[in-house]
Amino acid sequence: MAHTVKIPVPALNKEITVSTGLFINNEFVPSVDSSEVIQCFNPATEEIIASVVAGSSKDIDVAVAAARKAFKTSWGKNVTGWERSRLINKLADLIERDAQELAELETLNNGKPVAIARDFDIGDSIQCLRYYAGWADKITGQTIEVDNISKMAFTRHEPIGVCGQIIPWNYPINMWAWKVAPALAVGCTIVMKPSELTPLTALKLSELVIEAGFPPGVINTVPSLGSVGGAALSAHPDVDKIAFTGSTLTGRKIMEAAAKSNLKKVSLELGGKSPQLIFESADLQQAAAWSALGICYNTGQDCTAGSRIYVQDTVYDKFIDVLVSTVKETVIGNGFDQKTGGGPLVSKAQFDRVWGYIDAGKAEGAKVVLGGERRNTKGFFVDPTIFTDVNSDMKIVKEEIFGPVLSIGRFKTEEEAVALANNTTYGLGAGLHSTDASQCMRVSGLLEAGTVWVNSYNLLSNNVPFGGKKQSGIGRELGSYALEEYTSVKAVHWNIGEKLQWPL
Amino acid sequence: MPFSATNSRNAISGAKVFASSISHPLTMTSIFTHEFNTPIYKGKTSFNTGLYINGQFVEGSMLNQWGSPSPVLSILVSTAALLGALFAIDRFVATGKIITKVAEATSKDVDVAVAAAHKAFETTWGLNMGGAGRSRLLAKLAQLMEEHQQELAALEALDNGKTFTWAMDVDTTFAIDTIRYYAGWADKIHGQVVETDERKLSYTRHEPIGVVGQIIPWNFPLLMMSWKLGPALATGNCIVMKPSEFTPLTAIRMSELIHEAGFPPGTFNLLTGYGNTVGAAISSHMKIDKVAFTGSTLVGRKIMEAAAKSNLKDITLELGGKSPNIIFNDADVEQAVNWAAHGIYWNHGQACCAGSRIFVQSGIYDEFLSKFTEKTRSLKVGDPFDLDSYQGPQVSQLQYDRIMEYIQSGKDQGATVHLGGDRVGTEGFYINPTIFTDTTPDMKIVQEEIFGPVGVVIKFEDEEDVIRQANDTVFGLAAAVFSQNITRALTTAHRLKAGTAWVNCVNQLHANVPFGGFKQSGIGRELGEYALHNYTAVKSVQVNLGHVM
Repeated sequence: MAHTVKIPVPALNKEITVSTGLFINNEFVPSVDSSEVIQCFNPATEEIIASVVAGSSKDIDVAVAAARKAFKTSWGKNVTGWERSRLINKLADLIERDAQELAELETLNNGKPVAIARDFDIGDSIQCLRYYAGWADKITGQTIEVDNISKMAFTRHEPIGVCGQIIPWNYPINMWAWKVAPALAVGCTIVMKPSELTPLTALKLSELVIEAGFPPGVINTVPSLGSVGGAALSAHPDVDKIAFTGSTLTGRKIMEAAAKSNLKKVSLELGGKSPQLIFESADLQQAAAWSALGICYNTGQDCTAGSRIYVQDTVYDKFIDVLVSTVKETVIGNGFDQKTGGGPLVSKAQFDRVWGYIDAGKAEGAKVVLGGERRNTKGFFVDPTIFTDVNSDMKIVKEEIFGPVLSIGRFKTEEEAVALANNTTYGLGAGLHSTDASQCMRVSGLLEAGTVWVNSYNLLSNNVPFGGKKQSGIGRELGSYALEEYTSVKAVHWNIGEKLQWPL
Repeated sequence: MPFSATNSRNAISGAKVFASSISHPLTMTSIFTHEFNTPIYKGKTSFNTGLYINGQFVEGSMLNQWGSPSPVLSILVSTAALLGALFAIDRFVATGKIITKVAEATSKDVDVAVAAAHKAFETTWGLNMGGAGRSRLLAKLAQLMEEHQQELAALEALDNGKTFTWAMDVDTTFAIDTIRYYAGWADKIHGQVVETDERKLSYTRHEPIGVVGQIIPWNFPLLMMSWKLGPALATGNCIVMKPSEFTPLTAIRMSELIHEAGFPPGTFNLLTGYGNTVGAAISSHMKIDKVAFTGSTLVGRKIMEAAAKSNLKDITLELGGKSPNIIFNDADVEQAVNWAAHGIYWNHGQACCAGSRIFVQSGIYDEFLSKFTEKTRSLKVGDPFDLDSYQGPQVSQLQYDRIMEYIQSGKDQGATVHLGGDRVGTEGFYINPTIFTDTTPDMKIVQEEIFGPVGVVIKFEDEEDVIRQANDTVFGLAAAVFSQNITRALTTAHRLKAGTAWVNCVNQLHANVPFGGFKQSGIGRELGEYALHNYTAVKSVQVNLGHVM
């Protein structure tokens, strides 16, 4: 049976109540056929904090049916943009009201610092919802002049329908907002599958969905394993679109399932091995600060993590010194400790994976200039680790690590820098640091990435699009661009004067 | 990945901190207090009656005080039912009953307000406030308006004479929608990056124009205020606004809500005053970068002239109309009758897009006229606060006299008064809905904007002829066409020279659909994304990154 749990927050001497069922039709319900549960851990203590119902593929069917019904009756084209806007704004207000508690729950399950969760993840989410609330009443097609006499043509940007959304564990609330906001703004309904590692805040947000007043079935949340619920959503014949943020490996499976089922629309925001180029004219202090942010933020569990840095040989030694002393300042610790800048990795699996890469880096001959040593304490903590003397064949240079592990290489010329930067199957983010404006323009044009930061890194705005080139993804999130991911364009040709002679 | 320090700070604490950092006690001017005790609304309102400049209510340079014999604005109310409630205030009634006096601004006050607006533009607003911050403040304003919607609607009914029901359902609701709609635009101002060649970066910035003057009419006081205010603030401009001298009350109350929402001082300034003083000073001011006006074509022309003679400020004008409503033989007659009545009688005919020329094809003329007459008879003219009133009084003695003169001229020039044509009762500016027939194209009632509940019904035979007649006007604000044959309807709609063409409906407006005039009905477009263009100056930036000279 679906019920609620009280999760203790020892650091704050309080409890947070969370509904642990599947959220379908604005109700928390048990699985129709499964007694499986998902166990949620606190990565700072390695303790189980709660168990939630694990949805089955039949539960996905029920959720999809609820979403379809809502799309046909109370949402989709049955609700005005004004009303969608009002409800999304209301949801943002409620999240703002509960920001502190949501942040604490995020910290418990994900590990990140409470202040970061509250002021960045959740603050950004609130603004994201408000931004798309603003779009809801601004969906416009085009009227197209054909011949001005006998024909009228226009386009309607209609909601795609029922959307499956599969979100990752690194920014559970923030990725929820990125996905939900544009879909709701244009009138789609949603079956959301949060990560099995971090389902709690998505369930908590579902309570706010009811309070905001969304009709039943508009947003449904089914915690489930990727191989169960994620696979069922991706292959579902009545899901019109699937949006996924996560690994390239899983993204590929989702796209395959879409191809094999109903050719549902796909948007994917996947992995990266994003480069940063430090040119000799750069302000090295600033470049080091942005580089530290690039690799240490969210303890490196970030798809745009700036995990490869290439430094021009003339400033190489100096930059390494500055960078090492900058990164050293990073405090990795328990998210409830106010001094903490970054929390533990999210899970044992991630912890083992990252250590596997660090060990591989050492074995392949890269030089550790910072970190690389294990702590003998509880919790999945990994301190920032910097490798130098790397080459292009090393695993730590080629593969996404998703931890605070940085590889630094060097280059002589701009051409060489660009070639090194682009020598990857990924294309999510890239950074360059230089005070030569012509170089900034030239290099930003040459870097193969969906986002290029010039003299900065990792900063995003809700109104600026984000997404990957190459194998980092398909489609764009954020900005007006995200609206296109959730609308299908219908062209209407209207004859207002042409008489057809037959045969021609 | 997602890490947006500036965004997040704004979202979490920025707006709050910001609001408290600028929240300051309002200075008190005279206070207007009124208790509504009507069948449809009971409630109390109480607010300042000074000028709102630089985040403060002030008395203005003429230092008008309560009871001062110096010039004050007399706010006329035209509803007899309110007599009892107002008698205590009313001491020198001319025709209508005075509700209250408010401060009268002069050109000196315009200078002070413009200086405050410039300071805000250069320090706290304009390019100094991000779109997300502007969005938050506008959304907050919309929320406050929603909280005070009944009060605003009651004030509008009191001051303008429109029914409380319409003021609730249309004026205030639409005004709130408009502010919220433009709150949504504030963080969506996009320029373009223009591909030229690889050695160049060319891009455009859509920057706020600066300090804008906005002159608001009396027919939809709050609504027209919101149409002007929304896009101007969303794009980062600062405002010096003049409401109509006939209907300043909701604008003053709005100033308090704007203050409460937390807009920085000087961002919005309100000057109550007359057109020939304050309006003229705004139009010719050397430090006002743009003026937006809604009102008569006569005054619009003066404003444009003043702009031309002073600093060539940008202008947008939303002016008069003599909008045709064409009803073909193949129309749904019942529906056409209902819409046509709404077209001409809505807001007592005091709408710039009023469908005042009703062209009816000969095949259904008699049927239409008989049903239209019946419909018109059923419209109840009465106290704005009565539940069943459809039409309240005209706004002022001046307007009342003007409309009655047009009715007289129609009679004199030989048209037939088919229905109405007279006053209702003996007190208040109530006019019976009036239908003229047997008109000729040269009659004043066919050519000129009457701005009252006076429609002319004209019989026509063929399509070409009606399109010619419909377009035979200096105006081009709106037009409507009724036909069940969609090809005919659309073809006609496309051939009409008007900024808005309604097909099988009249007087439908949405905050996201543009509105404005062809020909002498105006310049520029309000509402929708289009209105943003009226309040932004496009700057092209061309950066040479490798083109060696």
